[in-house]
Amino acid sequence: MLTRLGPILAIGLLTVPVLFGLAGTILPAFGYLPALGGTSFNLAPFQRLFAEPAIFMSALMSLAAGLVTAAFSLLTVMLFTAAWGGTRIFVRIQHLLSPLLSVPHAATAFALAFLIAPSGLIARMISPELTGWQRPPDLLIIHDPLGLSMMAGLIVKEIPFLLLVTLAALPQVKPARMRALIASMGYGRISGFVFGLWPSIYPQIRLPVFAVIAFATSVVDVAAILGPTTPAPLAVRLVNWMNDPDLSMRFLASAGAILQLGVTAAAVVIWIGLERIGARVRERLACAGRRFRRDGVLRLGALAVMLASAGAIFAGMTALALWSVAGLWQYPDVLPARFELRNWMRVLPNLMEPLATTLSVALVSTVIAVVIAILCFAREDQTARPPGRGALTVLYLPLLVPQVAFLFGLQLLFILAGMEATWTALVFAHLVFVLPYAWLSLRDPWRAFDRRYDQIAAGLGKGPVRRFFIIRLPMLARPLLAVAAIGFSVSIGLYLPTVLVGAGRLTTITTEAVALASGGNRRVIGIYAFMQMLLPAAGFAVATIVPALIFRRYRDMHV
Amino acid sequence: MTDTGLFIDGVAITLEGREILSLTRKVAPGEVLTVMGPSGAGKSTLLAYIGGVLDSVFSTTGRVFVDGVDVTALKPEDRHMGVLFQDPLLFPHMSVGGNLMFALPEAVRGRAKRAAHVAHALEGVGLAGLENRDPATLSGGQKARVALARVLVSSPRALLLDEPFSKLDADLRAQTRELVFSKARDSGLPVLLVTHDEADAEAACGDIVRIGA
Amino acid sequence: MRSLVFSTAILALGAVSASAGQGGPNPDDWASVLEDARGETVYFNAWGGSQNINAYIEWAGAELKERYGVTLRHVKLEDTASAVATVVAEKAAGRDESGTVDLIWINGENFAAMKRQGLLLSPGWAEKLPNWAYVDVENKPTIRTDFTVPVEGLESPWGMAKLVFFYDSARTQVHTLPQDADSLLKWAKKNPGRFSYPQPPDFIGTSFLKQVLAETVENPEMLQVPVDEDTFDQVTRPLFDYLDALNPVMWRSGRAYPQNYPAMKQLLADSELDIIFAFNPAEASNAIANGELPDTVRSFTFPEGTLSNTHFLTIPYNATAKAGALVTANFFLSPEAQARKQDPARWGDPTVLALDKLEPEERARFDAIDLGVATLRPDELGPALDEPHPSWMERIETEWKRRYGVGN
Repeated sequence: MLTRLGPILAIGLLTVPVLFGLAGTILPAFGYLPALGGTSFNLAPFQRLFAEPAIFMSALMSLAAGLVTAAFSLLTVMLFTAAWGGTRIFVRIQHLLSPLLSVPHAATAFALAFLIAPSGLIARMISPELTGWQRPPDLLIIHDPLGLSMMAGLIVKEIPFLLLVTLAALPQVKPARMRALIASMGYGRISGFVFGLWPSIYPQIRLPVFAVIAFATSVVDVAAILGPTTPAPLAVRLVNWMNDPDLSMRFLASAGAILQLGVTAAAVVIWIGLERIGARVRERLACAGRRFRRDGVLRLGALAVMLASAGAIFAGMTALALWSVAGLWQYPDVLPARFELRNWMRVLPNLMEPLATTLSVALVSTVIAVVIAILCFAREDQTARPPGRGALTVLYLPLLVPQVAFLFGLQLLFILAGMEATWTALVFAHLVFVLPYAWLSLRDPWRAFDRRYDQIAAGLGKGPVRRFFIIRLPMLARPLLAVAAIGFSVSIGLYLPTVLVGAGRLTTITTEAVALASGGNRRVIGIYAFMQMLLPAAGFAVATIVPALIFRRYRDMHV
Repeated sequence: MTDTGLFIDGVAITLEGREILSLTRKVAPGEVLTVMGPSGAGKSTLLAYIGGVLDSVFSTTGRVFVDGVDVTALKPEDRHMGVLFQDPLLFPHMSVGGNLMFALPEAVRGRAKRAAHVAHALEGVGLAGLENRDPATLSGGQKARVALARVLVSSPRALLLDEPFSKLDADLRAQTRELVFSKARDSGLPVLLVTHDEADAEAACGDIVRIGA
Repeated sequence: MRSLVFSTAILALGAVSASAGQGGPNPDDWASVLEDARGETVYFNAWGGSQNINAYIEWAGAELKERYGVTLRHVKLEDTASAVATVVAEKAAGRDESGTVDLIWINGENFAAMKRQGLLLSPGWAEKLPNWAYVDVENKPTIRTDFTVPVEGLESPWGMAKLVFFYDSARTQVHTLPQDADSLLKWAKKNPGRFSYPQPPDFIGTSFLKQVLAETVENPEMLQVPVDEDTFDQVTRPLFDYLDALNPVMWRSGRAYPQNYPAMKQLLADSELDIIFAFNPAEASNAIANGELPDTVRSFTFPEGTLSNTHFLTIPYNATAKAGALVTANFFLSPEAQARKQDPARWGDPTVLALDKLEPEERARFDAIDLGVATLRPDELGPALDEPHPSWMERIETEWKRRYGVGN
């Protein structure tokens, strides 16, 4: 049976690249890589690693970035959901989620950079009238040594992600009834939520939180755009070593990747400690019966952070779009002196090839991922056995292991297999990251499907194939296309897998955009980042418009 | 086994070693067997078993015959057990006519002939000419009748009714119930009705089995 | 990204047989070179980061195809070192002929490395090219000495580079501009936060370090020979004293640096920086034409001289299309190609030819070029300072990274 293949393919796709990739990173880290003359195991790569200047500084920066990003995003989401859940503002923000989620990390980082730089849009809006800044102030905002801009860039992107997973977990705790119940005992909105609802929500979103930590400790693109440079965070330095023309640097890079693995693991361990402390504090306060009814400031604060993070992305995107069509645009002009399409005309010919790669890889990996996810769920229907915790962890594996730690090795395997920088290899690498998102986002709509439709169709004498193609597929067309749009946007946003597996020969809009970051040509960056934002948006538009057109005659097929 | 109708032969369903129900009954063509019991008693489990869509967590013994044919091992789509649920569950992405066309057996060939069959079936439930309507625009009673027409047009060997009237208003319920039973009688279909409504059982004028009580 | 391309070479080429190198084409017999070149495809490994330059190379490709039947393929590099690494890998794998690189845009330490390791087509061929006759060897010593390394005809000159500073005359008065490294430091103290340099090992950033080194070193002769570790600290002490003094008054107090020249250009446009610099005198005019800088930007150099060098084209010893590469190098040296290259509308790279050696009609091509408002005329560029030996570059980069590259 075809559906039997689903779980096998999924587990294979998620575990094999990660495990083999890790092996391919660990061996060179201990000096073993015969192709480069390393035929014995030794600790030389690590000795070299620890002799690198300020390597611990870089590691510490990565560790802090992971913890701060996760803590700040999670707190914001928790407080916002607590304070505003069930209100009209909450619903409004919910509607913004898809567009916010679809913007790739790199584009978000650019958007933020264009906004908060001393010569950025915010400074231009308030200068010189409010600030007296006739010229941009000499403030170290982007690339600041503490990595605050980098963390901000990660936070604005992780808040929508964590809000999404919280929303998925919310209905199971019956929030409206619980809220009313707890309020009747005289608890404030926030304290009631944190004492009464959060303990049952958090376990469900714990893996996504770990994924945020893993991502933020090892991020490359956002760190390259916003992060410190003296020294850069660990993962950025690793990728530079990996790409060094001097091949012997690969031993160093691999050893660094193992250090990265340790940094991420340490961050998760520290986080688990923080979880315990947090739970204990909450229990103590709850047992003391503290009501915390005066939480107005906190409620407004949560809303402010939420609005600011969403607003930053949208405003930054506007700045990117403006730069892409800007002629001369001097400080402190709020708008360019001239608008022109010349930048686009010049960049467009170079844009075509990466655009073709971006689209073809995203489409194919998405289609494969959605098909595998469907097979998994169809199999689950047949066996009536939902996957357990283990399966869920497997699903999160590519999101929990730092990308550099297994992609270095994976790239090496591709080279040894003669598959490096091929389109197929790139699709495969993207699939590893697209599949978990496809699976996770298809789960709820698939399970929400009323299986009695299936029974009716069976009673009408229709076999499984026809039941699937004539009944279930069209009825799930809208969620399936939405899932595809999510997968598509994930693929478009992938930076490191593309850089390493594409080896510079296969480039996408995202790798091109990040490569341009250091050049600081705002017009060209504006164009690439705008495209980064446009493609996923187009995907979501298609996912909305196509089913609406096909089923325009049928009211119940509209949302 | 040359008997016609539905024969439930020593069926017992257990979940994790606990027996949920056991039953042996015959339902002649045109007759209704009503199964009654409180919710959770396993009424719907029985229907799922006979329809062939029971979750594999249940273990079962016994056999089911339709018109003398043992269907116990058949796939659900080969059993031809028409099902009506309490919701009409019309396919929302098809017109009323499309719903019936989908149900109509392939053996009926030719576009005109199929259309005539569908028109006739709609007429039979008092909805002549509604082929092109979006099911979402129908009233509750109309939807229930389309669902009935849809199951009848598929030439089932038996009807399985899972509280099919419980969501309808009182007067509509009586009317619809009358229509369903008379149609089943006319078509000579054995009917298995699951309900907790005494009025349903009375109107069915058949045997009543009480389980789980 | 830079170099993963060649990783294939070393990992996959293990088994290529190492047969003896064939006799290359003979540039003395130019007619036979032209004959051999017809139908060849030349893989030209050249930095691909500039739209203008890529377009120029594309133009040359079209001309070469039409005139000589040579197909030019631009392999766009981010770093020339990766082309060098490819040839190294091929040599290690025993691939002594039919290599994948035919022509490289090169100078400085990359040339020195290839020459040292015997990776170049030899004997020297550059001075046998027909267009060599026009080359300005008399007034441009860097054509025969590349970063102190004798060229010996192993690479053909392509263009001149000189460190040139840019400022916005709308903000900065011309009489306040610095005249040398020392006055630049004084200027920076008076204008804190308005000067910076690209973070080494960026090429432009390292060039700035070399400029300061060349100006502050006690005995300039020291720089013409490889680094002596015993005296390195002593020789470079003035340089690092200078940088220590400059750092706190730099942009962002020296805690962050622009990543390269284009980033610095944007900072000038944003009026974050007041003085920036580049290695191409036409850069500012170019940027004005593209709307990236205001038309009030102007250039200046130091009266006592700024760093100057030549960039070249070279052919690896194992190139597949040697004749085609020779024809390409000769074409790039022609007055026509050189004049087009000097036009800021195309590229703006100063020529390596001596105008007085040209026929009048060829010279007219150069006279017709509009250099743009912000470009200094060749006679305004000031004296040239010699590049130090390549080993200095590497050594001061490491030292810089140790002192300033890792934060405080």
